[in-house]
Amino acid sequence: MSTGTTKLDVVVSDVVPVNELVTRFHFRRRDGGLLPTFSGGAHVVVEMRDGDRTRLNPYSLMGSPLDTREYTISIRRDDAGRGGSLFMHRQVKPGLEMVISYPVNLFSLDLRAKKHLMLAGGIGITPFMAQTSQLAGTGGNFELHYTCRTASLGTYADVLQQRYGNRVRLYHDDREERIDLDRLLSSQPLGTHLYVCGPAGMINWVRDRAASLGWPPETVHFEHFAAPQPGAPFDVELAVSGKTIQVGEQQSLLEAMEAAGVDPPYLCRGGVCGQCETNVISYEGKFIHNDHWLSDEDHKSGCKIMPCVSRFEGKSLILER
Amino acid sequence: MAAKTIISRPIYGTLSPQPGKHHLFIADAEGALAITDMAGKAPSGFFDGAEIVFIPGPEGKHIAGLEALKPAQLHIAPSFASLLPRLRQTLTNARMGLRLYLAGTEGLIGQAMQVALEAGIDHTSMQTEHRGSLARRMQCVHCKGITENVTTQPALCSHCGLLLLVRDHYSRRLAAFQGVCINAEDRSEIPPMEEIFR
Repeated sequence: MSTGTTKLDVVVSDVVPVNELVTRFHFRRRDGGLLPTFSGGAHVVVEMRDGDRTRLNPYSLMGSPLDTREYTISIRRDDAGRGGSLFMHRQVKPGLEMVISYPVNLFSLDLRAKKHLMLAGGIGITPFMAQTSQLAGTGGNFELHYTCRTASLGTYADVLQQRYGNRVRLYHDDREERIDLDRLLSSQPLGTHLYVCGPAGMINWVRDRAASLGWPPETVHFEHFAAPQPGAPFDVELAVSGKTIQVGEQQSLLEAMEAAGVDPPYLCRGGVCGQCETNVISYEGKFIHNDHWLSDEDHKSGCKIMPCVSRFEGKSLILER
Repeated sequence: MAAKTIISRPIYGTLSPQPGKHHLFIADAEGALAITDMAGKAPSGFFDGAEIVFIPGPEGKHIAGLEALKPAQLHIAPSFASLLPRLRQTLTNARMGLRLYLAGTEGLIGQAMQVALEAGIDHTSMQTEHRGSLARRMQCVHCKGITENVTTQPALCSHCGLLLLVRDHYSRRLAAFQGVCINAEDRSEIPPMEEIFR
């Protein structure tokens, strides 16, 4: 396959339930060696071989970048999703041999910052686990604001408070605790960078308020892996490879191309990295864009699609692949 | 407006009002005109939260135009060196939401940017507009001395006296163009000196 998809042969060394929804998975190299170095915010793409179906999902590495004996990821069970998280929760046991990608970082710290202000929502805490470990190791200045539904679903909130004390502030939805966002953003020293990871609504809210309050775009970093949404099956003609394929209800366009032996480059499979951007040659119908990569103009133009997360409804679609 | 030659050679834009809570302008001489031109595009009340620091230079013009904008503060300084302590203090106490606008000569823009970079503002986050002289601030790569207001090619280093080729190679960290000895092989070879940075 293509860019960034160099593979690592690993074995599951531990599976640890964290709370009623989240489970942590530990991976070590099968040959016992050290894993590649990564930086806080990096993710790996995990290959899930589930019968005749292979899913490839991105997950943030949450261990300390200072320790590469193992990689750890935490996965929230999504009962209504396409089945990747359920497969991990139900099928993956210690000793299972799996394949993961090399780490890729699309959410890295800007180490020129005077201060790092981090906002996490729910399972969006995972990249910050690695970033705070990295910064703590070098005496970096950070502050983490973490919103969770309830204390028992505040994944790693206890660990973080133990490690970093009052540098971590928790907000519980069930106790009506809310971030006073405008006040928080307006009281940060010059040279602060902002990082946000969580549900799409939270990311949009934070980016919007930051822009209004005069935070330059270079100082606002965010990551949200959109999971591919299921939808009505549709047919696609791939002009370069001369194939016509059908994208199934539970399948992404990228997965359907791969199943037909066409391998577009990818890094994140979540609408963030831009690698799989594909030109549209012609279409009759409408696009269902779900990515964070293309601009609004690109979305309206009908000239481009991100096959990892976006779909199509209509009579015909011809892509340059 | 200078043509882009090599990647480090700064290019400047046109000032435009940014969203923000405080607006800090630093300008010299004709840079004041970039601010008054921008004022026409600014939302009403924009200058209520603005601070303008202005170096009029020898001609001493444009102060009235800036006063007419009624900024929250207008500070007139005789030189960049004289406003430096004040600028450092302002940036040290500043919060995110402060936006920086630099207008005027390359030397002024470069030196103000240098201080702002140290304070943690990314150079791409600053608004810049070049107005007035193209005279360069030059660092001699041999003795490291800085010569201000270089208008000729080649130029004489005011510290070590070497004859220097003024390159487009620019350092944001030093806020200076690099000057390299033009006749290192044979010091008796003296190329003609032309005034090209006006």
